Formats: sequence, C-alpha cells, structure tokens
Amino acid sequence: MNDELRPTALVFLEQRGGQLVPAALEALAAAQQLSAAAGLKVEAAVLGNAEETAAAASQAAAFRVEKLWMARHARLSPYVAEAYIEAAGALLARALPQWVFFCHSYQTRDYAPRLADRAGRELLGDVTALRREEGGLICSRPMYQGKLAAEFVSTLPPPLFLSLQIGAFSAEGLERAPAAAPVEALEPEISAPRVHPGEPFREARQAVDLGQAGKIVAVGRGIREEKNIELARQLAELLGAELAASRPICDNGWLPMDRQVGSSGQTVAPRLYLALGISGAIQHLVGMKASRTVVAINKDAAAPIFEAADIGAVGDLFEIVPALIAALKARA
Amino acid sequence: MKIVVCLKQVPAKDAPLRLTADGGGIREDVGYEMNEPDAYALEEGLRLKEAGGGEVVALTLGPERAAQVLREALAKGADRALHLVAPAGAALDAAATAAALCAALQRDSGGGFDLALTGLQSDDMGYAQTGVLLAERLGLPHATIIMQIEPQPAGGDGARIKAKRELEGGYFQWLDIPLPAVLTIQSGINKLRYATLLGIKQAKNKPLARIPLEELGVDAGANRQRMLRLFIPQKTKQTVMLEGPAAQIAGQLFEHLRTAHLLPNS
Repeated sequence: MNDELRPTALVFLEQRGGQLVPAALEALAAAQQLSAAAGLKVEAAVLGNAEETAAAASQAAAFRVEKLWMARHARLSPYVAEAYIEAAGALLARALPQWVFFCHSYQTRDYAPRLADRAGRELLGDVTALRREEGGLICSRPMYQGKLAAEFVSTLPPPLFLSLQIGAFSAEGLERAPAAAPVEALEPEISAPRVHPGEPFREARQAVDLGQAGKIVAVGRGIREEKNIELARQLAELLGAELAASRPICDNGWLPMDRQVGSSGQTVAPRLYLALGISGAIQHLVGMKASRTVVAINKDAAAPIFEAADIGAVGDLFEIVPALIAALKARA
Repeated sequence: MKIVVCLKQVPAKDAPLRLTADGGGIREDVGYEMNEPDAYALEEGLRLKEAGGGEVVALTLGPERAAQVLREALAKGADRALHLVAPAGAALDAAATAAALCAALQRDSGGGFDLALTGLQSDDMGYAQTGVLLAERLGLPHATIIMQIEPQPAGGDGARIKAKRELEGGYFQWLDIPLPAVLTIQSGINKLRYATLLGIKQAKNKPLARIPLEELGVDAGANRQRMLRLFIPQKTKQTVMLEGPAAQIAGQLFEHLRTAHLLPNS
C-alpha cells in the first residue's frame, strides 16, 4: 500500500449544515505547518449532500490547499456513520494520502475509528501536539483524564490517521490562497445505511446563554452535595457572575443542563472563570479555556484544572469560599 | 434481550498517579474501580433486562485484579461474567482490545447477542474507540455517546431500538438502529444503583469464566500504536499559586480580583 500513496496530507473538513466547524480550520492549519517540511502537499475534503458540500467548499476555497475533494450524496445528510465511512473510504481510495487529519469532534469519534480500521490502521486520537522525527510523526495526547500525557507513534506504515484535539492547534497561522484550488467532486456509491438518523435538535430553548456571560462561577464534583451549591450561588451573586457547572453536577440534576460548560454543554469565554472543585477533565477544559482569567480552587494539587488556571489555590473550598464571601460583603 | 456489557477497570478517580521508574506506565499501588461511563452502560443493560427480560453478560479484558469489576457487575444483577485475562503489565490498544472482545463474543454461546454496551471512553487511556472498533470487527451497526435507549415493538424487519445520541453544543439526534448493535454510553444516562448485600451474596454463585488471552489467539503485544513515554504534562500557563490558611488565600484572591477590575462596579 505504501508506495502507491501520493505525497499528500488530506484534511477532512467537518461541516454542519454547510458551515465549516472552527476545529476543521485548526486541523488544516496544523497540516499546512507540518506537511511542507515532510515534502507533502496539503489537500482537503468535504463530505455531505450537494448543498452542504457546495457551501463548505466555497469557504474552504479561501485557504491554501493543492486540491479540494468533495464526496457528495443525499445519504450523507443528516450525518450517519455508515454512509460517512463508505464515502470517506471511496475518497481515500482516490486521494491516497500519506497523512489523514481530522478534528477530534464527536463526529470524528463516531466514524473515523472504523474508517481507519478498514484501511488496516488505527486512528491516533485526541492529539495535542505533533512533531516530526526520522521515521514519522510523534503524537502527544492526554491520558488519565489529562493528569498525564503520552507520546505515541503508529507501528504501521502510512497512511497515518490523526485526529487533533479541539483548541490544541491554532488556526491563526492558516495560510490563505491567492486563488481557489481545483475541485474534484466524487459521487460515491453509498448503500442504504442500517441505522436511520434523525435530524439534530436542541432539547429545549436554552434559558441561559453562558457564552455571553462576563463572569462565571462554576462548580464541580468537589462541591460534594446539592445543598452546597448554595455557597457557589452566593459567591456568584456577590461577584455579579453566572452560575455554571461541570458535567457530573448537571448529570446529578443539581443544576439544569443549560448551566453545563464543556464539550457537551456550552463554550464560554468570560473575563473571569472561577472554578470551584472542578478537576478539569478535557471535556470541561475545551469549553472554558478561552476565558481571560481562570481562578481554580481545588483540594487536589494534581488536578488538571490548574494547567488552565491563572490563579490557583490548593485547599478546601468550604473554607476559602466563605472567607471570600465575607470579604466581598465587607466591601459592599 | 441478551445484552453484553464491556467493562474496564481503571485507577480510582482520586488515586494519586505516579510514574514507574522507566516512565512506561503508572505505579499499580493505587485503588482501582469500574470505569465510570462503563458503570452507566452496565446500569442501562440491567434496566433493559429488568424491563424486557433476557440476560446481562459482563465482559472485561484486564489483568487478574480486573475480576473485581465483574464481581461488582454480578452483585448489581448481571447474570454471568467473562474475564479475558491479560498478562500483568500488558497494555492493549483499542484495536487489539476490540479484536479480543470480538473473539470472545463469537465464542460465547454461539456468538449471538442483541446489544453490546460499553462506556464512551475509559478514564485511563481515553481512546474512545474500543466500542466502535468492536462493532467494526463484528460487522454490526454502532452509535456513540448515547443518552437514552428505547426498545421498539418488533416489526417485520426484526428488532430495532431508538437511541438518542449526544452531539456537541447541546444538540441531540435520534437514531433508529436494527439489532444486534453496539452502543457506547454517556455518563449520566441513568442513576447508578448500589449493590445490595443480597446481591453481593448471590454473586458468589454466578458463573465467572476466566479466558486467558492466548486461548483466544490474541497477541497482547500486537498493538497498532506504541506509547513511547508517559509524562506529567508541562505547564503552558504561568499560574500564580496562592498559599497559606484559607482566610489568607481568600484575602489574596480578593486583591487579585480587585486589581484586575473583576469585582462588581470596578
């Protein structure tokens, strides 16, 4: 398989309703930065129905790629893994890249492992850093919920399948194109999927738009009991902040789901993010790491939240928060 | 419905992780527990069985100590358990794990089951691929990050379920899936139960089969990805750490917020 491959890196650009997702551009930027030194040309691919691929391709045309591939079919919308695996497989068989990039989205996690397995490869997922060494790419990824990290290599010859953690690579250095790249559109055969997908929907109108909040006080497992939420609520009121939570708190029903920050909840970027008893699993960090000032209070000095914190305190939140509340009240 | 639940034993959430001297792994002198999303998958399997009848088989791959998660599953209500015993220190990647689980399921009572459930990812390696690859190896449909399962009345085209898949940003999607299928379960899909004393007692008489990996013809060393080193992540951000008694920390924090104009009306 190895010598049939073309000297290219292919980036699957994820789209939703024809709109490229921001993380797709991060993956493209990373591919651009790595490929030149490896002697590879960057190509990109969009999958979807005719309207989606046309809309996504017109956005992708702004960026420097040697070629833009499209795989379009009515069965690719709404998304369903089986159809995506067939379409992406057909596209790979034509594009024959050395490296295959994805963003590590829920969609990638749903179909890319099976796609790679059919090529006799394994997806190296959730990659946070990449470096090139003799003999291939070395990928860093979080382990043990971000408490540790590890470097991995593939033990197999190319193609190498990689998915990049959302937010780990910057799209700022994305190279723009002087003119749109040539487009090659495929209309692959796609068999009727066994799984019938419904249209994406939102549960209920979100009552709270945490994305617009200037300050947020967020609670995690460390709050221990539902009644202790009151302490955080009091602090939030005194600071003029919105109250939010990590996933386990909302799973327990201690705060409504629309207060959840993280990959399955809201993405926020307030001026102040005060994390109380939040360990900082990666699913939470991706939702809040764009915050300007992050303050973390946690009893575990090894909690990954401190990686994202500007100000940290290792200690008992049940002692520190009441003292902070007292200080705020004394000021008022 | 015959339901298989794939469980993994992982270091306990609050376990202090320390690297081994060679940096190739973590020291094993920590507490272990059932991977949290797998615990939700088990609970979902038990609830489906209680509602519609059938059997719940708990399956794990791991060293000798991993039998503990099977005993816990049996105590909570699983009917029987399979332990694919890996040599101590073996670390199979997602593809090798899926190959072993697939071989075990094909061997177990003729390979037939209706639903295989597992957590969406493990809290240790975090590959988030084992369930998806198990489906690929078995040639079955799959769905990931499932928040709700509703069995459908049997129709002309066989048994089906509806499953609610979580998407990003607060979106969901319903999938209509023919059985057999493999689903990866999101934490919070249900409320976990505790094992009762009676359950723990009854578990002692439930079948727990030990199957060494080599018996399945699986090579524990045939990974497609190889870990070069494990390390403590380098801090990329300069964090000001506040120290001292709680009152002092609160005072310093108040000052930081004041000077950064983060207090109300400032």
